[in-house]
Amino acid sequence: MTAPKTLYDKIWDAHLAHEAEDGTSLLYIDRHLVHEVTSPQAFEGLRMAGRTVRAPHKTIAVPDHNVPTTEDRVNGITNPESRIQVEALDTNAKDFGIHYYPVSDIRQGIVHIVGPEQGWTLPGMTVVCGDSHTATHGAFGALAHGIGTSEVEHVLATQTLIQKKSKNMKVEITGKLAPGVTAKDITLSVIGHTGTAGGTGYVIEYCGEAIRDLSMEGRMTVCNMAIEGGARAGLIAPDEKTFAYVKGRPHAPKGEDWDKAMAWWATLQSDEDAHWDKVVTLRGEDIAPVVTWGTSPEDVLPITATVPDPAQFTGGKVDAARRSLDYMGLKPGTPLSEIEIDTVFIGSCTNGRIEDLRAAAAVLKGHKIKPGLRGMVVPGSGLVRAQAEEEGLADIFRDAGFEWRLAGCSMCLAMNPDQLSPGERCAATSNRNFEGRQGRGGRTHLMSPAMAAAAAITGRLTDVRDLTRENEPA
Amino acid sequence: MEKFTKLTGIAAPLPMMNVDTDMIIPKQFLKTIARTGLGKNLFDEMRYDDNGNEISDFVLNKPAYRNAQILVSGDNFGCGSSREHAPWALLDFGIRVVIAPSFADIFYNNCFKNGILPIVLPQEQVDMLMDDAARGSNATVTVDLEEQTISGPDGGTISFDVDPFRKHCLLNGLDDIGLTLEKAAAIDAFEAKAAAERPWV
Repeated sequence: MTAPKTLYDKIWDAHLAHEAEDGTSLLYIDRHLVHEVTSPQAFEGLRMAGRTVRAPHKTIAVPDHNVPTTEDRVNGITNPESRIQVEALDTNAKDFGIHYYPVSDIRQGIVHIVGPEQGWTLPGMTVVCGDSHTATHGAFGALAHGIGTSEVEHVLATQTLIQKKSKNMKVEITGKLAPGVTAKDITLSVIGHTGTAGGTGYVIEYCGEAIRDLSMEGRMTVCNMAIEGGARAGLIAPDEKTFAYVKGRPHAPKGEDWDKAMAWWATLQSDEDAHWDKVVTLRGEDIAPVVTWGTSPEDVLPITATVPDPAQFTGGKVDAARRSLDYMGLKPGTPLSEIEIDTVFIGSCTNGRIEDLRAAAAVLKGHKIKPGLRGMVVPGSGLVRAQAEEEGLADIFRDAGFEWRLAGCSMCLAMNPDQLSPGERCAATSNRNFEGRQGRGGRTHLMSPAMAAAAAITGRLTDVRDLTRENEPA
Repeated sequence: MEKFTKLTGIAAPLPMMNVDTDMIIPKQFLKTIARTGLGKNLFDEMRYDDNGNEISDFVLNKPAYRNAQILVSGDNFGCGSSREHAPWALLDFGIRVVIAPSFADIFYNNCFKNGILPIVLPQEQVDMLMDDAARGSNATVTVDLEEQTISGPDGGTISFDVDPFRKHCLLNGLDDIGLTLEKAAAIDAFEAKAAAERPWV
């Protein structure tokens, strides 16, 4: 009898191409996603060494980080450095014969939204990309993680990655979520609980009733931020929702292959008595709508709380919190719901999918954003954008006063024209509130799309439950 | 990749936890298609003011630390994005060793691919080295990878752990891809077997 295994163990074992005595392993990679920022040096390395891409049909590229999100991008990218980087990807995709979605293609978008949307991401796969938010794909029960550019070159040349196995961590969210609480609140609350280094050295499997209840979009939001908790990857066992999402997508298996795939996918759960090196359990009922107050994703509190006093922390966190509050321009004891904002950003690989736009639009419907406030909605892909237009969501955003943009990473990391100015305070649905992340001196509060929409209406961080209660029939 | 064997140099103290990759090299410098030239923008937003002038009290701007080759910092160093521009910027500045109580996973990997040695030590030992580093150019530190030791200015020696395979690659400046291609037969065999078992991939 074989020893009980976790889902991570099973995927690892199924992709082990070579293992040395010391445990250094070659892990075979099923899907390699590529974007323009972390790949040019890797392709250049291949050329210099006279190497080719070993499996071009398993390699998919799309520009996302640098691309402007305004309509005038059809005329080309104005910033010369951004243009060169995107043009380099155009050339590399063509020269090495890999799948490519150029800026002009309606399927273009954020790489972590395009992969699942096109059916490239499937259960049980190994997926890598030169981007830390590759963990997103773990929502399908795939082992997916970010790699550096040297590793991008390694995967291009060998279709493998040199790895040592991580430890297994289980994060269970029991019970039901309360109204107004979303996948983003789950993932932020977990990081608030474990800290940004709590997952270092681990692969996390998220499980429990509250995770099962999430849609695929919600599961992607949860896994997306596994990296913010320090984990190499986060994943969720596939189930009927996963299979229903995958079925019929352009690159999903069909016919006999589908049946064969389903037979294997059905085995992709952790065995009941599998060994966990670390277990974290949160009650779904205890999770509130949350926001971040500082400059680390672990600086998470319920919207009903107040800005903390640095003195209440211990060790290096005392200085870190003091520095954060100074950067964020906040005073201890201020109710979070009194913090006024300048800008609202809805989008990113964390929350740029159709369900996220629906959630924000549901709050915004019939409202206007506070005068003077800047609001920006950036769909995660051209197809998400088209669907949102068809469902009437785009009209809700436009009527409310939001800018309705084209697909890209946009203000999540501000490598494009979408940036915050020094001191500008933003309610953002993205994933990082680091100093300068959204623009030098910019101040970021992370939250769910519904909470960002609520903040847009009132002009301050807002408990979305206060707004939605008003809408409920008496 | 340049070999790393033994280095004696100035250690700069950066006593902060969660030093993230956006701090190490902000996004506007990721637009390069080269690996070199990023040293001048290392820690850009902490190092320069809005007008591009040096902020004199930032550690790497102080005369004693302008040629630092070792960085001593806090927990979870290198958290955030996968950008290899972070180790490229450190290397281009001249940093070959980073010492901290813990590192983020991807950054840690990326260092080894670029001839940088990241060393994990218990907090008390990091604190000691932080004190040594605070003494500036009067305090050189020697890092010996072969022996896995760090020798401080006062003669004390600290041992550190490093993965044997990574140590071997660093000591010899080995190219990972070359090493992996030596195992091409194993990859071929795996690929054939996987194609039969999972033809949809």
